Amino acid sequence: MKFREQWYALSTLIIKEYNRIVRIWVQTIVPPAITMTLYFIIFGSLIGRRIGQMDGFNYMEFIAPGLIMLAVITHSYGNVVSSFFGAKFGRHIEEMLVSPMPNSLILIGHVAGGVIRGLMVGAIVTVVALFFTRLEVQHPWVVLSTVVLTSIVFSLGGFINAVFAKKFDDISIVPTFVLTPLTYLGGVFYSISLLPEFWQAVSRANPILYMVNAFRYGVLGTSDIPIGTAYGIILFAIALLYGFSLYLLNKGTGTRE
Amino acid sequence: MKALELKQLAKTYPNGVQALQGIDLSVEQGDFFALLGPNGAGKSTTIGIITSLVTKTGGQATVFGHDIDRDFSAAKACIGLVPQELNLNQFEKVESIVATQGGYYGMPRRVALERTEKYLRELQLWDRRHDIARSLSGGMKRRLMIARALVHEPRLLILDEPTAGVDIEIRRSMWDYLRKVNAEGVTIILTTHYLEEAENLCRNVAIIDQGRIIENDRMSRVLRKLQVETFVLTLEQELAAAPELEGFATRLRDANTLEVDVASGQDINALFATLSAAGLRVASMRNKTNRLEELFMRLVDQKTDGRAA
Repeated sequence: MKFREQWYALSTLIIKEYNRIVRIWVQTIVPPAITMTLYFIIFGSLIGRRIGQMDGFNYMEFIAPGLIMLAVITHSYGNVVSSFFGAKFGRHIEEMLVSPMPNSLILIGHVAGGVIRGLMVGAIVTVVALFFTRLEVQHPWVVLSTVVLTSIVFSLGGFINAVFAKKFDDISIVPTFVLTPLTYLGGVFYSISLLPEFWQAVSRANPILYMVNAFRYGVLGTSDIPIGTAYGIILFAIALLYGFSLYLLNKGTGTRE
Repeated sequence: MKALELKQLAKTYPNGVQALQGIDLSVEQGDFFALLGPNGAGKSTTIGIITSLVTKTGGQATVFGHDIDRDFSAAKACIGLVPQELNLNQFEKVESIVATQGGYYGMPRRVALERTEKYLRELQLWDRRHDIARSLSGGMKRRLMIARALVHEPRLLILDEPTAGVDIEIRRSMWDYLRKVNAEGVTIILTTHYLEEAENLCRNVAIIDQGRIIENDRMSRVLRKLQVETFVLTLEQELAAAPELEGFATRLRDANTLEVDVASGQDINALFATLSAAGLRVASMRNKTNRLEELFMRLVDQKTDGRAA
């Protein structure tokens, strides 16, 4: 395939993924708006007032970046895992597999879909957050790059989950038993400086901590971890997961007999 | 030029099942080719390998000279596939399904939409272009898969049981359409359980059984291998017993329905002359079974018996 043909193929896949997100907006866009509104009301407004300051910010301000990232992570992952597994389950993945489109484009197209959903949901949660608190972005490029790169990481994670999934139960196991605990323990609701030394060290093994803190640094200008380390870990995760995803596609794992 | 060439193509599944045991097959450009075989014979596995949905464990496949491993992009661009199983996104609109497929083959959106209109009109689906696939009838879904397979204008169209579950009227209109596509220069490979379909459409045939090609020849030559054909005659008068016709075996099915075996070498005129001499008038006549079906069953049975022995 020539470069221009590859571009048409990729843009077709991205438009298809975007149309899917918009077509089922009640499932893709509305739930995070409702869930995050409840988080802001309960944790930010009701409980947050009694908690007081966290790292020099009121609790609502502190958790807002974390909640935005929580939504981005969950929905980037969820978009790719459901879209790709749905295509496998309905067999219309064959439309892509029989075409001359290289596997790398199939992967990039799905990841782009996950990033688009992650950014759409992130934007909506940000709007919701603005009803409850002020967000004065300190480092806009850090905010933008962190949210896009994190979204890529979890879109790739969702892709790998979908490749191995054989039934619908398989696409909910990782989000329930791995993603949610890691996200909740990744500094969304608290600063790890509150934890004893040992648990601080354990928390540093959680990659989501670095992503949440990098984003929080972009918004509030404060972070529990060095920002350079966060970028290093995120980029390493992208390289690792992209390579593994492409290997699985080339090998035909979960996609070809 | 060969549209398709398979050399020692083999597939062993992880559970040890040998679906293909090294088959050799070639299909000439412009041919209308039937690939026949009983369920589980290896037809769909062969098609799956050619279209890269199944990974082979041995051998080589080339499509218009492009190796499916080394030159997969060019090979895939030559192929249009209508699979046996419905594999449409049931919630996507008809027009979008076809245009998206065009995009996957590297077509600009404008061209993909023009081609989509062309093929949806030809397959009488244009009026349903805004409907989701789920709302279509079985026959319409089959036609939609044909439109989707043609949108990038492939040189080789592979149809795996394209008329399964389709009523006879739609099936015949699909035959006419496939003849037209073939006449325009597209090579067609067809698998089907309706052997009448293969006999009507295809010029060459390969019969595959238990992962091996057991027959591969021109359709007319294959049909000539049939030793005996049975005709069912509806007589104008009623008979009490099967009449004795010299040179022909007969059986009476009911009072005015007679079965007559005609061996290869005998001609139908001789049969009619004998019938006239016996004072029997024939109102109508048909084959007892489809000729290809009869031959197919014999070939498969012979090979099975041969292996068992």
